[in-house]
Amino acid sequence: MAKHETPMLDQLETGPWPSFVSDLKQEAASRAKNENNIEYQIPQDVVEDLIGIMELSYEHGRTHWKHGGIVGVFGYGGGVIGRYCDQPEKFPGVAHFHTMRVSQPAGKFYTTKYLESICELWERRGSGVTNMHGSTGDIIFLGTTTPQLEEVFYELTHNLNQDLGGSGSNLRTPSDCIGQARCEYACFDTQALCHDLTNEYQDELHRPAFPYKFKFKFDGCPNCCVASIARADLSFIGTWRDDIRIDQEAVQAYIGGEIMPNANAHSGRDWGAFDIEKEVIGLCPTNCMWMDGKELKIDNRECTRCMHCINVMPRALRIGNDRGCSILAGAKAPILDGAQMGSLIVPFIKVEEPYDEIKEKVIEPIWDWWMEEGKNRERLGELMKRQGFQRLLEATGFDPDPRMVQEPRTNPYIFWKEDEVPGGFERDINEFRKYHQR
Amino acid sequence: MDYEEAKDLVVAGLTKKLKNKSKFYFNDLAKLIGEKPRAAKKYVNQMVVEGVLEYWSSGSTSMYGLCGTGKQAGAEHEE
Ligand code: SF4
Ligand code: SF4
Repeated sequence: MAKHETPMLDQLETGPWPSFVSDLKQEAASRAKNENNIEYQIPQDVVEDLIGIMELSYEHGRTHWKHGGIVGVFGYGGGVIGRYCDQPEKFPGVAHFHTMRVSQPAGKFYTTKYLESICELWERRGSGVTNMHGSTGDIIFLGTTTPQLEEVFYELTHNLNQDLGGSGSNLRTPSDCIGQARCEYACFDTQALCHDLTNEYQDELHRPAFPYKFKFKFDGCPNCCVASIARADLSFIGTWRDDIRIDQEAVQAYIGGEIMPNANAHSGRDWGAFDIEKEVIGLCPTNCMWMDGKELKIDNRECTRCMHCINVMPRALRIGNDRGCSILAGAKAPILDGAQMGSLIVPFIKVEEPYDEIKEKVIEPIWDWWMEEGKNRERLGELMKRQGFQRLLEATGFDPDPRMVQEPRTNPYIFWKEDEVPGGFERDINEFRKYHQR
Repeated sequence: MDYEEAKDLVVAGLTKKLKNKSKFYFNDLAKLIGEKPRAAKKYVNQMVVEGVLEYWSSGSTSMYGLCGTGKQAGAEHEE
């Protein structure tokens, strides 16, 4: 028998998709049975009460979680998010229901042993409910009590060699695509850079001193599997400077139907014979491809590295050899003020250990500027909008570049600064009078 | 400035405002200390370690308060 009646949640289970409600019920039942004789350190019926308070929230059309809290582990200002419910008498199991963010490994590579260990830990010291993964990328542990926080942290760091992730006005846990470990499109080693910066900026990750959150994300190529361009304050996107490598024989094999396009990803339905004109050349956003007899040609100077042709014909077209990344700044996907895509700040930079150029010329000057000028709760992208892209260029010392221009300007005024004008704003009146009468 | 001076400035500044609010942004602290954010951060970290300040977090934003003065202390059955 379920502890609480939940007609509204039950209804959610009737849809076509896997349901989190079913998952929660399964976990609640498993905790009630406790077949593995776990010594639960928080209420055994925590998940029952979670389901119960959720039903109540649906009934009332309002949340029963309080806003934030003063919890954390000693010395860390992030990684733990306090959650208290405002109906503790009715649902004592979730009176405290704090979230812990656990820093995911670069590329999210796990061994089953590791996954078993963290699940065992969370079953014992938490609710057993996890979110793999949160939108920042972390492993999210949902729901434990205040006394368990230090215990979980101790076990994570001492037994599992595992740290907490970022939350609040911190550097958030950097996150990356799977990169060169498995993907032939990767133009730089996303995992190496992600891991290095995570270690380098531990203080920023754990001790909040930024105006608001700050995210790094690393995509090995413009396919942007972690969507860095849409949500990271600093996105690192792999690219190349030279030419797309073409294997003309393979091009013919695609045309002749011997190799299936898109690595056969669309084989579930008959789309007819592959048509290179229609499916590749005609869809190139910059019109920089054509057939010259039996040869596929690309005007690489016009190519924007959109990846379309490479995705369709991966065996015929490959990323260039002179590789690095582009860096974009200011993306965000928040509720306030609307979503914003990143703006190009570094068109191309080599990605080489120890990444000093990236740290000293890009990341740190941008942080200095934002920490001094950013208003409370202002993301980098909002500061860029408020003070202008030019200020970002001044802060970083980069020269303006046509590739940073997104669209023709809409403001007809050009504002000059005194030091940009030869001779400054002072004029020699006698010189002036030579040409202009009083 | 040495640490003790910075601490006195922060404690005095926050105590004065306690009637109206108990949670402060990092920038408020940096202003009280009168140093650039990076330099101020060292002092602020130290104050947290010593238990002078404590963190408050909503999950998206972090704030600081004098230890034990936030209204959440009540929510945690400490009052
Ligand atoms: S972003 Fe590019 S390199 Fe990274 S996994 Fe996706 S396709 Fe591969
Ligand atoms: S990557 Fe995109 S822009 Fe470049 S040649 Fe291929 S389709 Fe055209």
